[in-house]
Amino acid sequence: MKLVDHFQHGLDAPICLTWELTYACNLACVHCLSSSGRRDPRELDTDECKAVIDELRRMQVFYVNIGGGEPTVRPDFWELVDYATAHRVGVKFSTNGVRITPERARGLAASDYVDVQISLDGATAEVNDAVRGAGSYDTAIAAMRHLSEAGFRGFKLSVVMTRQNIGQLDEFAGLADRYGAQLRITRLRPAGRGADVWQDLHPTAEQQRQLYDWLVAHGEQVLTGDSFFHLNAFGSTPLPGLNLCGAGRVVCLIDPVGDVYACPFAIHDEFLAGNVREPGGFAAVWRSSPLFARLRAPQTGGGCTSCSAFDTCRGGCMAAKFFTGLPLDGPDPECVRGHGEPALAAVAAGAAPRPSGDHSHRGERRSRGPVPVRIGRGRPEPAPADRPCDAGPLAGFRPGRAEHG
Amino acid sequence: MGSVRFDPGLPYRCSPQVALRPEAFGALAYHFGTRRLSFLKSPLLADVVRDLDQHESVHAALDGRGVPEAERAAHVAALAQLADAGTIEPR
Repeated sequence: MKLVDHFQHGLDAPICLTWELTYACNLACVHCLSSSGRRDPRELDTDECKAVIDELRRMQVFYVNIGGGEPTVRPDFWELVDYATAHRVGVKFSTNGVRITPERARGLAASDYVDVQISLDGATAEVNDAVRGAGSYDTAIAAMRHLSEAGFRGFKLSVVMTRQNIGQLDEFAGLADRYGAQLRITRLRPAGRGADVWQDLHPTAEQQRQLYDWLVAHGEQVLTGDSFFHLNAFGSTPLPGLNLCGAGRVVCLIDPVGDVYACPFAIHDEFLAGNVREPGGFAAVWRSSPLFARLRAPQTGGGCTSCSAFDTCRGGCMAAKFFTGLPLDGPDPECVRGHGEPALAAVAAGAAPRPSGDHSHRGERRSRGPVPVRIGRGRPEPAPADRPCDAGPLAGFRPGRAEHG
Repeated sequence: MGSVRFDPGLPYRCSPQVALRPEAFGALAYHFGTRRLSFLKSPLLADVVRDLDQHESVHAALDGRGVPEAERAAHVAALAQLADAGTIEPR
């Protein structure tokens, strides 16, 4: 059995686990995957979080990607990070930078077991703040400056690619370079509040080509969380990574109240596998939930099976299909062969499933028009020369290439 | 890392910064320093990596696990890659 087949059938423990510690957030990004804003009163308390960490240690989950919401606004956030790293569960946390003071940055720089990911969705304040809110660009830049001045090398600058910022790819690479960070770019998903703005924010077909070409040219320096495998249908150069949907097989999400979902982009009852508060905890959910068993069973490609690109794109992203109302065994809404658009046109208005939870600050949701931003033109700068600190769970992995033995 | 040429005649060990997780295909190896994940694609290779620190050389570790002659070159090559990634190191 090939290595990829093992992943297809699921492992005993996830390789890459995302844990959203809170739905509380100081920002209200228009595309938030988890519709965050207000804290859920049922959120796991400190002891329950520590019990989850104990379990992850027993299952040998090497590290967790902590997010939210804004995880650092939890009063026990640093205590939980310390607890995890003391038990050899590495932590990479995503933040908008609000709590990354110079002093905190020095503490973070001193730990091998902690990695930091700063979210920024525009290389200029104009583009970023239109999506993430006024002042958020300055907050993120200040945090990067603090980390850089503290000597933290190779932290991540994390960007969700949108119609408004794809033209800034070189500028993002330049920004990462300037602060000694590594660029990480990921795909915009129509999940959470993102479902409301996806139509206006997702890249055009032409931009997808531009992104693919840029990734082929810069792929070795840039992390992607394996999120652009649907672009592989463009050509013969496979993008680095596993290039298969890992939902419930090698990845999953634990949300702030302990609910376990198949992936961070699929917060909907349809993809809810269980809760860590149930007897057996997280391990039981991972190993015996009927949903995960289904996801690990052989999948059919449906209408995509006859397409010559199916072997490279695998039908794309399950969550993107689900929240745009497309069948899971059909084409991705952003299918680069153009099969997504007619499929989307056939979805009746209002037929797409709504994301389950809404934790938005009151009065913040809905009624947003198109996001008014202009695209800045990038000044090309050299990308970082190497990747000494690649936190990608599949860093360097090419099926059939970087395997050992 | 990778600056010293891999020599299977010398003693090695699994890096203390590496955690090995057994899997049906072999093992996952995660390096907490470089944050790199490697795939040990056979249970036998994973056993050899675990044993390294108990043997005077990589060759002795391969003998100790009875790695068949026909698979020896492939194992040495895989171990050289792991040395390059810092998963195993000279001691």
